[in-house]
Amino acid sequence: MTAVDTEPATPGTDAEHLLVVDDLSTSFATGQGPLRAVEHVSLDLGRGRTLGIVGESGSGKSVLARSIMGLLPKYASRTGSVRFEGQEMIGASASDLRTLWGARMAMVFQDPMTALNPVLRIGRQITESINEHLDYSKTQQRETAVALLRSVGIPEPERRLRQYPHELSGGMRQRVVIAISLACGPALLFADEPTTALDVTVQAQILDLLEAQQRERNMAVVLVTHDLGVVATRADEIAVMYGGRIVEQAPTQVLFREMRHPYTEALLKSIPRLDLPSHTRLEAIAGRPPDLLDPPSGCRFTPRCPYAQDKCHAEEPPLEDDGTGHLYRCWFPVGITSKQTTVDSVVTEANVRQGDDDQAVPAKVPPAPPVDGPPPAAPAGEDT
Amino acid sequence: MAGRGTAHLGAPEDSLLRIENLHVRFPTGRGTVFAVTDVSLDIRKGETLGLVGESGCGKSTTGRAIMQLPPPTEGTVVYDGQDLTRLKGEKLRSIRTKLQMIFQDPISSLNPRRKVEDIVAEGLRIWKIGTEAERAAKVDEVLEAVGLDPQVARGRRPHQFSGGQCQRISIARAVVTEPDLIICDEPVSALDVSVQAQILNLLEDLKTRYGLTVIFIAHDLAVVKNVSDRVAVMYLGRMCEVGPPDIIYSTPAHPYTEALLAAIPEPDPDKVDPDRVPLGGELPSPVSPPSGCHFRTRCPRADEVCVEVVPEMAPTGDGRFVACHHPLVETVVAVGAGSAQG
Repeated sequence: MTAVDTEPATPGTDAEHLLVVDDLSTSFATGQGPLRAVEHVSLDLGRGRTLGIVGESGSGKSVLARSIMGLLPKYASRTGSVRFEGQEMIGASASDLRTLWGARMAMVFQDPMTALNPVLRIGRQITESINEHLDYSKTQQRETAVALLRSVGIPEPERRLRQYPHELSGGMRQRVVIAISLACGPALLFADEPTTALDVTVQAQILDLLEAQQRERNMAVVLVTHDLGVVATRADEIAVMYGGRIVEQAPTQVLFREMRHPYTEALLKSIPRLDLPSHTRLEAIAGRPPDLLDPPSGCRFTPRCPYAQDKCHAEEPPLEDDGTGHLYRCWFPVGITSKQTTVDSVVTEANVRQGDDDQAVPAKVPPAPPVDGPPPAAPAGEDT
Repeated sequence: MAGRGTAHLGAPEDSLLRIENLHVRFPTGRGTVFAVTDVSLDIRKGETLGLVGESGCGKSTTGRAIMQLPPPTEGTVVYDGQDLTRLKGEKLRSIRTKLQMIFQDPISSLNPRRKVEDIVAEGLRIWKIGTEAERAAKVDEVLEAVGLDPQVARGRRPHQFSGGQCQRISIARAVVTEPDLIICDEPVSALDVSVQAQILNLLEDLKTRYGLTVIFIAHDLAVVKNVSDRVAVMYLGRMCEVGPPDIIYSTPAHPYTEALLAAIPEPDPDKVDPDRVPLGGELPSPVSPPSGCHFRTRCPRADEVCVEVVPEMAPTGDGRFVACHHPLVETVVAVGAGSAQG
């Protein structure tokens, strides 16, 4: 293959800590005051590792990814520290960041329909960052682009270079977006809901592709998703976000077997599963995510938490390590003060509706969510 | 899949709605799009029929063809003894009060300029059902049933609600005319998982409360399994497999169903299948669908028979029917010669 696959030599000092995020907070200035979209997030990601960031819309997961990269609008402000390959990103000049973007860290966006420029040929869009960052001749650029398209599984790459995005299907476009992000051999790839807009069979193809490319290039990946299923078998570690904060973070196996935060438990219980019999009554999470302009006092999950007690309303729990690298932010953790839920118990203890029962009597209807004015405004920059 | 036939249909008197040999074709500048090809289905009173498949498989078009939006190119849609494809104007409109739809995007399917009470009451007003006071009481009742506080919700407009709440309003609007059949077209795919569970539970509750029959169209197989009594899998405009979800999901008979199930990421880190072969290739163009079985171009079991002969629906003996020459589960009446090959 071509030179795209060779990593530029990097100082060995940061081999273990490719990305170190320390106490990162991001807030947006809005007409109703500051909206704290991300608060007090700390992360540590090594080379070749995969971190899954999971949460509902509005939980701050996309803003977190963009805050780390520095892709934020002008009315956003960040505090804390983001060190990438030993270099401080917060406060770095735009020209310094431009040497990193696309070259050392890249992002795959959710919607392949809008991530590509509709009036430029595929070839031009792939070579753009190569042209910017690498000293390649025209022929080398073209060869690199062909090799990239081939490596992401696009048939007839030479012909595709001359095509426009509208000539490709959604799955093919997402492959092109991935090819663009891989063009300069980044050390860190952010994938922000990379498969949400795609069908399941295509989703499986794209996730397999990302994994293969990651292994081949020893690239670290931050996989942002709302779908626990997507990260369950692909992430080394998972951070669950709620209301702009990390509420639980653990190695994947530990998170699914010994979850501690009630929100993680509630998320897992609310997902329809293939191995559950049909007509299983799902345990919905009542209410809705907090309004970040006016967050609840104490723990942010309190209004929706089945285990909430007085202390939860009064005081926010800190994110603490239980000594094994399992972090959670809860006063009354699941499995310690209540029964442990695991990925298996959700299936074995399913509540299946019977054909002739009358679960529809009003008393069993889940409590009406409060109809209390407009939904919380989505943080700017979310879901784009 | 890519099959045809009517073996899977029950007796006509058992079904609330019966679709036979439905075709939908759209003429376009680059040729005719074969959106739905020879689909037959029956929906029994009180059941939930799940219609699954990837985008472009014709599931939504089938749902809309039942509503005559637009009417199918060929075939019959019999509801309550009447063929809807032969009805026009006032007669068709009056029957639509008994057939309602819920759409995918809850926000754009509500008129932003109207109050919730007007949105929900519109069907009643058009059909002059009850007096003004009776209509108001009915609106309150359905709003309550979908989990909204009528006193607060009535006077508000859609933008004052979250996506999940807007979907509740859409559901209220659909049930207010007391329909027999509701067609839900991807009702939860725009919602977060926590809200999705609320809406799925609500649909199940309302089904019991109002005695509804539901056609549930979705691309998410886990969601469909959760709500359905029977599931129909579609691919590129044709039926693949119809049957009870627990049977189809545990032992898929059609290679496409198996591929679909294998592609779903399960939220369990131990569910890594090293032998999993993802479905390769792309969906063929519906303008020139493959001959014979529509799935043959991506099917690991395809041979010459699949190129030439469209498979017919055949029973597997457990209440499930499959249209495949080489099904993964033996059919009772052998279709094609080589059903035992590997």
